[in-house]
Amino acid sequence: MTEREKPHTFVVYVENKPGVLNRIASLFRRRGYNIESLTVGHTERPNISRMTIVSSIGEGAAHRVEANIYKLVNVLSVEDVTHGTTISRSLALIKVEAPEESRHRLMEIVRVFRARVVDLAPRSLIIEITGAEDKIHALVDVLRPFGILEMVRTGQVVMRRGVQERAESSPPKGAQDDPRPSQQKTGPELTGAGALVEAEHPGSV
Amino acid sequence: MNERSSDKPGPRKLTGAEIIWECLERLGVEHVFGYPGGAILPTYDALTRSRVHHVLVRHEQGATHMADGYARASGRVGVALATSGPGATNMVTGIATAMMDSSPIVCITGQVGSSVLGSDAFQETDITGITIPITKHNYLVTRADEVAASLREAFQIAASDRPGPVLVDITKDAQLGTCEFDWDAAAPRAHRQVPDFFPAPAKLNEAAALINESQRPVILAGHGIILSGAGEEVRRLAEAADVPVALTLLGLGAFPASHPLNLGMMGMHGEAWVNQAIQESDLLIALGMRFDDRVTGKVNTYALKAKKIHVEIDRAEINKTVHVDVPLIGDLREVLQRLLPLVKPNRHSEWWSQVHISQQDSSVRDIQNLPDNGHLYAAHVINDLWRETKGDAVIVTDVGQHQMWEAQYYHHEKPRSLITSGGLGTMGFALPAAIGAKFARPDSEVWVVAGDGGFQMTMAELATIVQEKLNVKIAIINNGYLGMVRQWQEFFYEGRYAGTPLLSPDFVKLAEAYGIPGLMVTERSQVVPALHTSRFHAGAALIDFRVEQEDSVYPMVPAGADLHAMIRRPTPLVERPTDD
Repeated sequence: MTEREKPHTFVVYVENKPGVLNRIASLFRRRGYNIESLTVGHTERPNISRMTIVSSIGEGAAHRVEANIYKLVNVLSVEDVTHGTTISRSLALIKVEAPEESRHRLMEIVRVFRARVVDLAPRSLIIEITGAEDKIHALVDVLRPFGILEMVRTGQVVMRRGVQERAESSPPKGAQDDPRPSQQKTGPELTGAGALVEAEHPGSV
Repeated sequence: MNERSSDKPGPRKLTGAEIIWECLERLGVEHVFGYPGGAILPTYDALTRSRVHHVLVRHEQGATHMADGYARASGRVGVALATSGPGATNMVTGIATAMMDSSPIVCITGQVGSSVLGSDAFQETDITGITIPITKHNYLVTRADEVAASLREAFQIAASDRPGPVLVDITKDAQLGTCEFDWDAAAPRAHRQVPDFFPAPAKLNEAAALINESQRPVILAGHGIILSGAGEEVRRLAEAADVPVALTLLGLGAFPASHPLNLGMMGMHGEAWVNQAIQESDLLIALGMRFDDRVTGKVNTYALKAKKIHVEIDRAEINKTVHVDVPLIGDLREVLQRLLPLVKPNRHSEWWSQVHISQQDSSVRDIQNLPDNGHLYAAHVINDLWRETKGDAVIVTDVGQHQMWEAQYYHHEKPRSLITSGGLGTMGFALPAAIGAKFARPDSEVWVVAGDGGFQMTMAELATIVQEKLNVKIAIINNGYLGMVRQWQEFFYEGRYAGTPLLSPDFVKLAEAYGIPGLMVTERSQVVPALHTSRFHAGAALIDFRVEQEDSVYPMVPAGADLHAMIRRPTPLVERPTDD
C-alpha cells in the first residue's frame, strides 16, 4: 500500500456488552493498524455506548476497517467522520515543575491558553486543558521547557456539527415491529468517505 | 425430569443443558457432531433425553468439518459440539475454514463454571477471545436463562446475510442451572437491518446499461450464487445477454458445466482461455464472488480493459482488492430479479469466436487428449470418476493438486455437488466434510477425493464412518508427495524437495483394519473397474490410486503474477527425465 496515511476518526455506536471493544480493536490489530486514541462512554440512550476511534491509516484501509466494523453484530452504526465538519475535543492533565521563580510565567501561559490550574503543590502544579488536539499540542510544546513531570490525555471525542441525517433516517424494512431500539444500523457508504451531511454552521470555533 | 412433556403449554422449568437440546430440536437440527468432555458433560447427560442424533467424532476438528460439510451439502446450519479447553481449541481450524468459505455452522462448547472463569481452571481456555476474528459472532453464556436466546440468535446469524460460523460457549453452571424455558421470549432480534438493502434503481440502470453496451462481457460466478440460490437468475442473465460464464472454485456447480455459455474455472489453475477472456473483457459482471488473490493474480494488471459490476451481499467486499464501477449490494437472487428486466437480449459472436480460438489451443494440450503412455495420471482418474458417476455424485475434496484436478476434470452440473475448502485451504477437510455431507444427503453418492497428505491429517474419522455405518466412498490420489508444495518447489525453488516426500501407510490395509474394503490401482486400465466395484459395494469403500509422482497442475498462474502469464502444459506431453 502506497496510499498516504492520515488520522481517520471513526464514530461507532455499540451495544454496551462485554467484549465489544475487543471485537472492534481486533479489526485494527489483525491488519497491523495502530489505534492512536480511543474513547468510550455512555450515550443518551440506555445500554448503548459511543466510541471515538482515531487511527492513522490510508483511505482504502479506513474504508476496509469501517466496512468490517459495520459487520460486527454488536455495532449499531459506524461512520468515518474524517472528512466531515466536526467538533473535536480532548482533555489533558499536565503536571509541570513549578518552582517559585517560574510559577508566574506558567500562570500567564495557562491564561493565554484558557486552561486551568487544578492543583498547586510546592514544586509543581497540574494544568487542565480542554480543546482540539492542536491546541493541546501547542500548550505541551510551550510547557516542555519548564519540565513536564506527568501527563494524561483522554483521547479525542468527536461530534458532527448540525443535524445528523443518517442517524435519524426511517427504520428499515421489518424493524418497525421490533420494540428494541438497537435495530437500526447505519453503515459506511461505498465510496468509503462517508456521506457528508450539510453543516448547519460552517467554520470552526 | 422424566415428567417433562413438550405438549404442556406455557413455560417449563428446564436445565440449561436441556434447553440446548430443546432449542436444537425446535431449530430443526437432526444431527450434531461432537466429542464429550468434563465441561460439556451436563449437556451430554441431557442428550439421553433428546431426539437429536449425536455423531461421535474422533477429533473436534472433524466435528467442525462435518458440520461444515453438512451445511454446504444442504444449505442448513451444521452443528458441532465440544468440551472446553482442548476440545474448543481443536475446533479453531474448522471454524476458520467455515468463516473463509461463508459456511453456516454453530459450534457449541462447554466452558468451566462462571465462578472460576479467568482462573486458569482445568481445561479452561478463552475460546470466545480466540475465535473473535474467525467467527461472525460468538457468545459467552453464563446463565441458563441466556441459553435459548443465544442459540436462536446464533442460528439466525450463522444462516443470514453472508453465512458463517457462530460459536456459543456455555459455562458448566449455565448448563446445570434451571430456568423457565420460554421459546417465544427467546426469539432473536433481526440483527442486520440494512436501510438500503436493495440497490437504488439508478444503480441498477447503470449496471444494465453497461451490460447492454458491452462487446466483450464475462460473468464471474461465485459461491454467492449457490448460497443465494440464484442459479436460475444467473442462467437467464447469461442467456439473455449472451455472456460467457467463468466460475470460481467455490462457484463450480452454480452454473452447469455442460451449458454452452460455461467457460470453466478462472484463476491460478483455471483454463487458459478463461483467464485470457477475463483479461480481454470490457465488462466483468461479478456475481457473489470476492476477487480472491487466487482468482485475480496481480491486481494491478487484472482485467484493465474491463468495467466492473459487483453484485455482493457483503459490502466489506466492495472495492476490497479490485476497484469496481457499479457495486450492487444485496442478496444476489433478489438483485438479479430486479436487474433482469433491464437487460436487453444481445449476441456477441465476435467475442465468442475470439474465445473459441484460445479454447482450441488449450484443447490440444489437454491431458485427456494425449496418447496413453502407460502412466496413471490423476486427471484421468478424476475424469473417469466423473464419467462413472455421470457427474451426479457429491464430491468432497481435500486441498492440493487433486483438488485442482477435480475442479478441472469433474464437470459439475448442480449446486452443492462440489464441497471443498477454498479460502482457508484446509488439508484434512475432505474426509470429515464428506461425513457431514452424507448425513445431509443420505441418498446422494458421496465421494472423498483426497491426497495422501491431507487424508492422513484426519483419517481417524474412518472410525466415525464405520461407527455410523456410512456409505462414503474414498479415492486417495496417492503420489507419494505433498504434491502441490512439491510442484511449487519444482517451479520456483529449483526442484529442492524439502519436506515434501511423504511416506504413507498401506491405505488398503488401513481401511481393512477399520472394516472398510480397499483397492489399490496402479494402471489406467484398472481405474474404471475399481470405481465400479467400489460404487456397487453396499457400504464405505476406499481406493488407493497410485498416480504419477511428479505430475503438475497446468496451467498455472504463479502467485502474484499477471493473470495472463500462465505456465502452460508442455505440448505434446514430454516425459520428464527421471531424477538425477
